[in-house]
Amino acid sequence: MEKLKKLLYSQKAAPYILVLPFILSFAFFWIYPLFSTVKMSFQSILPGEVEWIGLKNYSKLLKDTAFHTAIRNSFEYMIWTLVLLIPFPMIYACFMDSRLVKLKGLYKALLYLPALTSVVVAGTIFRLMFSEMEGSQMNQFISWFGLEPIKWLKVKSTSYFALLTIACWRWTGVNMLYFLAGLKNIDSGLYESAEIDGANGLKKFIYITMPLLKPTTIYVLTISVYAGLAMFLESFMLWNGNSSPNNIGLTIVGYLYRRGIEKNQLGYASAVGLVLLVIALSINVIQLFMNGTFKKEGK
Amino acid sequence: MERVHNISFEKNKMGMTAKNRIASAILTAFFTVLGIVVVFPFVTAVLASFRPGQELIRYGLSIKLDFSEMTFNNYKYLFTGEHSYFVWFKNSMVLTVISVVLTLIICYFVAYGLSMYDYKLKNLLFFLVIATMMVPFEILMLPLYQEMIDLKLINTTAGVILPGLCGASTIFFFRQYMIGLPRELLDAGRIDGATEFGICIRIMLPITKPAFAAMAILSGMGAWNSMLWPLLVYRDADKFTLPIGLNTLLTPYGNNYDLLIAGSCFAILPIFILFLCFQSYFIDGMTAGAVKG
Repeated sequence: MEKLKKLLYSQKAAPYILVLPFILSFAFFWIYPLFSTVKMSFQSILPGEVEWIGLKNYSKLLKDTAFHTAIRNSFEYMIWTLVLLIPFPMIYACFMDSRLVKLKGLYKALLYLPALTSVVVAGTIFRLMFSEMEGSQMNQFISWFGLEPIKWLKVKSTSYFALLTIACWRWTGVNMLYFLAGLKNIDSGLYESAEIDGANGLKKFIYITMPLLKPTTIYVLTISVYAGLAMFLESFMLWNGNSSPNNIGLTIVGYLYRRGIEKNQLGYASAVGLVLLVIALSINVIQLFMNGTFKKEGK
Repeated sequence: MERVHNISFEKNKMGMTAKNRIASAILTAFFTVLGIVVVFPFVTAVLASFRPGQELIRYGLSIKLDFSEMTFNNYKYLFTGEHSYFVWFKNSMVLTVISVVLTLIICYFVAYGLSMYDYKLKNLLFFLVIATMMVPFEILMLPLYQEMIDLKLINTTAGVILPGLCGASTIFFFRQYMIGLPRELLDAGRIDGATEFGICIRIMLPITKPAFAAMAILSGMGAWNSMLWPLLVYRDADKFTLPIGLNTLLTPYGNNYDLLIAGSCFAILPIFILFLCFQSYFIDGMTAGAVKG
């Protein structure tokens, strides 16, 4: 007994005891569900009746037009978030980093505020702003330019505008802060010597700031790809549930939810999830590979 | 060399002042406009919360400001009416407090084990922590849901909290913080006869306080706002948290919208107050991963 206690308190055993919760959580809430979703994707699961059906779920996915719509929607949304939520926050961060801006603390706090809200609150606010009623904010806004009221959430292009507005509203400030943190790591001496060599602001941005911000950019890119492809709740909120006209708001996770939770087809939904996983992982690997992350680690 | 550098820098600075002043004005104006645009939805939501909910159903969120129609009825209804709002509020509070306390304690120990010792499996374990971040939660949610049914944890707070206890990003943050701490403290503690766990708790924990503060805020915000997983796990209306409860109000019946808009504004309040008090912790906790990872 004494011996056991001594062993447990020894320097060798201590780290294993400390990380034990992670190992348990990893086994029960990561490895197990991951394996079971892979398994389920080859099964047809009805209450009390599980049948192995091989690749049938996947071949069904190939022909499932709603699923194709979901993939297209998720990709479009993801790409738009990359376009809107990487360059602009980066530029804002450079502005913010300059000595010339006063009241930095205030502006940073203001831009960060939307990130504090839950998707539910943000979704509710924007749903009402983009209401199809004549008096809604967005319709009033466009009426200043002489435009007729629009049914924002009934058409794909305008509803994507709404979705992306939410995304920009919530994440511009956060991404800007990421880039600001990255900028802090750049040696200011580099800028001074560039100034002596006569470089202007744009040149400094292209030749110093952008390359040295690369680690931050890769980080933001990675989380944006994941968040974009896995987007669900925003569209769930805008359309008050998972059914939008002509599936314009249907995303991959939305489809997974529809099949798995609403229709209780766990096998088919698992196949949807795994397709998403493969897409997300491969984009990530390609992206990291192109940015030379593996090469650096190899050294 | 040094002098030349200084002179040219000074000259540059003097020649630029007028230009700088203009640039400064433009940049400040730019951020002011951006700030107004960002705050605008909040302002209209708060204003709308002082107007009858029926108007929201009929017109949506409107820019029109008609102060004569301002009423406190929504808030009166929120605080005195018959509805479940404060049941949800209490549930969210309980869920947030329990999950923050447990997450922080567990993630601290795990990160300590991953940063303060050298042993064979250390790198592999850390790699596994990173690997869990590579799979979006949404993919695991169905099998986890099944698992919770099998474990009889569906409709319980334990079921909501357990899968997220060892949050990879929290472990990652603690570890990044702790690898910067001097390991000599451990040896000093050992010489004084402290046990490994005594050192972990009495010596190292106090100097990790800033990391605790940042992570408490961040994981608290996550728990308070979390929606998808609680939506799956909780079944009874009396267990709903704020986000789920508010979501159920998105139907234009009775005075749902009165409650929805006032309740939404009130739901942001706790986090706003925390943010005002501990702003830097929000930002530290969030950006740490990006700088070093």
